[in-house]
Amino acid sequence: MSGLEIRGLALELGGRRILDGVDVDVPAGQVTGLAGESGSGKTMTGLAVLGLQPAGARRSGTIAYDDGKVRVPNLLDLRPGAMNRLRGRRIAMVFQDPTASLQPMLSIGTQLTDHMRRHLGLSRAAARTRAAELLERVRVPSPEAALRRYPHQFSGGQLQRVAIAIAIACDPEVLIADEPTTALDVTVQAGVLRLLRELTDDLGLAVLLVTHDLGVMSAVADTVAVMRDGRVVEHGSRYQVIREPRTAYARELVESLPRTPPPGTGEGSA
Amino acid sequence: MTTRLAVEGATVTYRQPGRGVLTAVDGVDLEVGAGEVVGLVGESGCGKSTLARAVCGLEPLAGGRILLDGEPIGRLGLRSRPERLRRIQMVFQNPYASLNPRRRVGAQIEDGRRVSAGEAPSVVELLESVGLEASAASRYPHEFSGGQRQRVAIARAMAAGPELLIGDEPIASLDASLQARVAALMRRVALERGASLLFISHDLAVVRVIADRIAVMQAGRIVEQGPAEQVWADPQHPYTRRLLAAIPIADGLGRLPVV
Repeated sequence: MSGLEIRGLALELGGRRILDGVDVDVPAGQVTGLAGESGSGKTMTGLAVLGLQPAGARRSGTIAYDDGKVRVPNLLDLRPGAMNRLRGRRIAMVFQDPTASLQPMLSIGTQLTDHMRRHLGLSRAAARTRAAELLERVRVPSPEAALRRYPHQFSGGQLQRVAIAIAIACDPEVLIADEPTTALDVTVQAGVLRLLRELTDDLGLAVLLVTHDLGVMSAVADTVAVMRDGRVVEHGSRYQVIREPRTAYARELVESLPRTPPPGTGEGSA
Repeated sequence: MTTRLAVEGATVTYRQPGRGVLTAVDGVDLEVGAGEVVGLVGESGCGKSTLARAVCGLEPLAGGRILLDGEPIGRLGLRSRPERLRRIQMVFQNPYASLNPRRRVGAQIEDGRRVSAGEAPSVVELLESVGLEASAASRYPHEFSGGQRQRVAIARAMAAGPELLIGDEPIASLDASLQARVAALMRRVALERGASLLFISHDLAVVRVIADRIAVMQAGRIVEQGPAEQVWADPQHPYTRRLLAAIPIADGLGRLPVV
């Protein structure tokens, strides 16, 4: 299978077991949703894949990576140097808050070309050209001018688009998106969700989407995995998990949603 | 219902060097009744925070007026305000910035109690009302999580015995799964003490659950206001419709929201 295969992923931090045997597949060309309450370990799962877990944390289990060209039986066994060659190149990440994940003192151009020059060995000019194309791809207006600007000169939605452009710059196979739209206005969120879906379909990305928002999940995820206390308690198709949850916990999660009639329809109940 | 806060044609402008004048709030009329929860929604940059700051007297008005119980609220300067106008309290977006990191939580809530005109509830009672233990009073802000810090900020605001509590995106910086809980807590705490609540947020789905009335703001103007259920189910203004259409619905059908 192309993509990620996570088996029995466990993570211990200060004697506490944060992840307790996570099993989940993240296949290419699909958005795999990871849902759960805060503290359920969904963010930590995303971080652990990239080796970004907090200092002192111990990981065990296997994370197999395969994209047809490169095969890694277990990311956890990679030496730091080898992981560095993978991180940002084959597996990329988008974080929740773009104002925190981007460096405020460096121009967008610098932040968008740095890893391309390192991973892809591009010249300064070639990287710059590709950076402008990427900004166009994620629909940031006037890309050439945008490259010269700094993070504070963008709105939150534009900045998250830039962060996505940075993530897809090196043609990764896997994209981990941790609450990528939580900090955004709904109309902006709608645009970013469409962009995520489009990239998944066009580039055949394997996307691991971490979000607490079942509405977001329902809009873009193909399959949904529900996490609780460091384990995946249910994993199935989007429709099945949201409409016909099998486990008590998933049902609870769905039922805890405010009984929201679809807005603007005038309908009494959903 | 008696009117507690009346905003009449309020206008706030900023002069931007080299780019002329920006009208952030443009002739806004808004009322908050006694014991009422009004949700003010709009996207970033629509002027909702500026309006909140103006209500507190933190921004000078370029036009119109703002009345609390019929009395105009002037700009907050270096002089302390007459006591009767001190009954507005604000909970800011970021509790990491709004609490003093070097003072104990109890002492900061005590500050609020000191400006209270009537009988202020004790620090312990205030902490309990926001779901924190009495021992929290002797701790420093950094010892709390984001959600707990915002609870402390709410307790501090309520300590002053406000008649009007304003929340300026009080849930935006919180962990996503806590947002609805803290919003509901704010409503409960404000109403229990007989205060009105002006709740500002960009998240219509949360506001709908806690507000009695919703006002929708776009580019400095209020484009629609009405009872929460009515605005949600039968929006009149195209902008409100667009906002609502963009909210993804958890129906499992994989429908992408409209941009």
